[in-house]
Amino acid sequence: MDFQVERGGRASKNAAITLLIVLSALTAGPYWLNAGHQSVLMEIFYFLALAQLWNLMAGFAGVVSLGQQAFVGIGGYTLFAAIAWWGIPPLVALALAGIVGLLVALPVVHMVFRLQGAYLAIGTWVVAEVLGLGVSQIESLGAGSGMSLPIEVADSIEIAFIDRDGVLYLGALFLLVTGNLCAYGLLRSRFGLALTAIRDNESAAAASGVDCKRVKLVVYLATALGTSLLGALIYLTKFRISPAAAFDINWTSYIIFIVVIGGVGTLEGPIVGTIVFFLLREYLADTGTWYLVILGLLSVAIMLKWPAGIWGSIAKRFDLKLFPTGRRLRVSDREL
Amino acid sequence: MGNWGDIIIQGILLGGLYGLSAAGLSLMFGVMRLVNVAHGDMIIASAFLSLVIQRLTGVDSPFLCLPLVCVLMFACGFGLQRLVLNRALNADMLRPVLVTFGLSVVIQNGMLEAFSADSQRLQANGLEVASVSLGGGLVVGVVPLLIFASCVAVTGVLQWILYRTELGRAFRATSDDPVTAGLMGVNDRNLFAIATGIALAVAGIAGTFTGIRSSFYPTSGPESLLFAFEAVIIGGLGSLWGTLAGGIVLGVAQGLGAGFSSAWQMLAGHIAFLVVLMVRPTGLFPKRGN
Repeated sequence: MDFQVERGGRASKNAAITLLIVLSALTAGPYWLNAGHQSVLMEIFYFLALAQLWNLMAGFAGVVSLGQQAFVGIGGYTLFAAIAWWGIPPLVALALAGIVGLLVALPVVHMVFRLQGAYLAIGTWVVAEVLGLGVSQIESLGAGSGMSLPIEVADSIEIAFIDRDGVLYLGALFLLVTGNLCAYGLLRSRFGLALTAIRDNESAAAASGVDCKRVKLVVYLATALGTSLLGALIYLTKFRISPAAAFDINWTSYIIFIVVIGGVGTLEGPIVGTIVFFLLREYLADTGTWYLVILGLLSVAIMLKWPAGIWGSIAKRFDLKLFPTGRRLRVSDREL
Repeated sequence: MGNWGDIIIQGILLGGLYGLSAAGLSLMFGVMRLVNVAHGDMIIASAFLSLVIQRLTGVDSPFLCLPLVCVLMFACGFGLQRLVLNRALNADMLRPVLVTFGLSVVIQNGMLEAFSADSQRLQANGLEVASVSLGGGLVVGVVPLLIFASCVAVTGVLQWILYRTELGRAFRATSDDPVTAGLMGVNDRNLFAIATGIALAVAGIAGTFTGIRSSFYPTSGPESLLFAFEAVIIGGLGSLWGTLAGGIVLGVAQGLGAGFSSAWQMLAGHIAFLVVLMVRPTGLFPKRGN
């Protein structure tokens, strides 16, 4: 009997080539896209990156957090504080925001991981509220009404011949690509095997020697780091921050809608989800709150009827894996 | 001194409201391990339900609407569980959390669309400003006192249902071991629907009282959920009286924080919760034998 263990197939090779072409085109974005298109794409990039991080944590490691806005807010506020208090250059402040997010996540993880299962989700929400309320007590950051960045800061973001919008656009693309590459590499590693095992069956994973608690902890911390970096970048593009907006639960709502609609627990799912999310927004933005009602109903319906999401259902139907993280056994049936 | 006593009494009475808000959450988790993330929005939805019924019928007191609100909320809960939540229950907890989170967004934004973002208040025929003296210079509002008494009564009734009735035995059996309970003839789909019905009927009481006690907005749900959740965790999972105690701890902490500022009122409550979580992660009064 002949058999072969393989990762991908033709579909994944084609996907990789297409992806490379698309990425090259997007990297050259500042040359051929106007400012409006760049800003929409930038938003797509950071929502996709946020969604991918949440997906890694909830979809794979089974840590469902409703408190990701905590790290968006911490990232954004660290950036503003670093610039306003110490005059640190914005791009350095960005890195600092990631570190501070990680430092905040360390004690948080010790608190919320004491809660079991679904209660952990609400626990992370409480932490986000506490951080938001805490930040709104700081007078030098504008307290409850927030603050804006000075205009000189905006001008200082230019690098060589790329203007401000271009730098921010490329920054978002860079974070998105690095984040996804890290997630992809991680999932294909030994650690990723543990993660996938936890996704499929936590008890069985534990019985096979996976230290589930440690894996969850590491993924939570990595997600906190990435989310804080993105939060800083988001508020660097907005130039204005307030506790109510930065620590808004809607950050997490949008992330969850994207992941659920696209497909929980796959790398491709959030990409599909982000496209659907932005298309819906394009057509429904005028309807105001109805937009959120529709998104909510859609995600409930998908969770009940097609829990694997749009991508998961397609992939299952056609046995399709564009970014293969597992291995599969191909047995030729000659001798069977 | 009188001031401290006052803060603590007000805090205890406020704890009654949190206990009421938390009872349904606690019951649903106890019976089917389901954490209803939309619980807070359902409480606020029932406050709006009271408002609508009061306007339609022209009754001058929301207390008279309360039985109708409870019946309607029970029906909503029963239907919701049969049609939606039962389908979301399975081995992992991702699905129920995401489904109820989606519902929470739908309910909250639906209310925003229907009632605008304005603040609302239920008019209780002057009762909301009435107060009684407890002696020693302590004066408390009639409404907080009523809320606290209702919370004790509701907790007592739930406790009685759980431990003294056939239905309660089925609840406990399913909670301990759903498969064996099913073999003994318990129809858990129906049982879960009844549990959610009861939970939402209690949410109806909590919502109506929330509306009488203070102003509420379509966006007040998450706040309500977080306080209810904190009361459950502070009190300890699986104990209804513990949940009331948790509500009281939260209420007193908020009362003490309110001495500084309104932001500190919220912060002090959350911090009390986090401290309990650090020091006694099983809560103050966990169910024995667990």
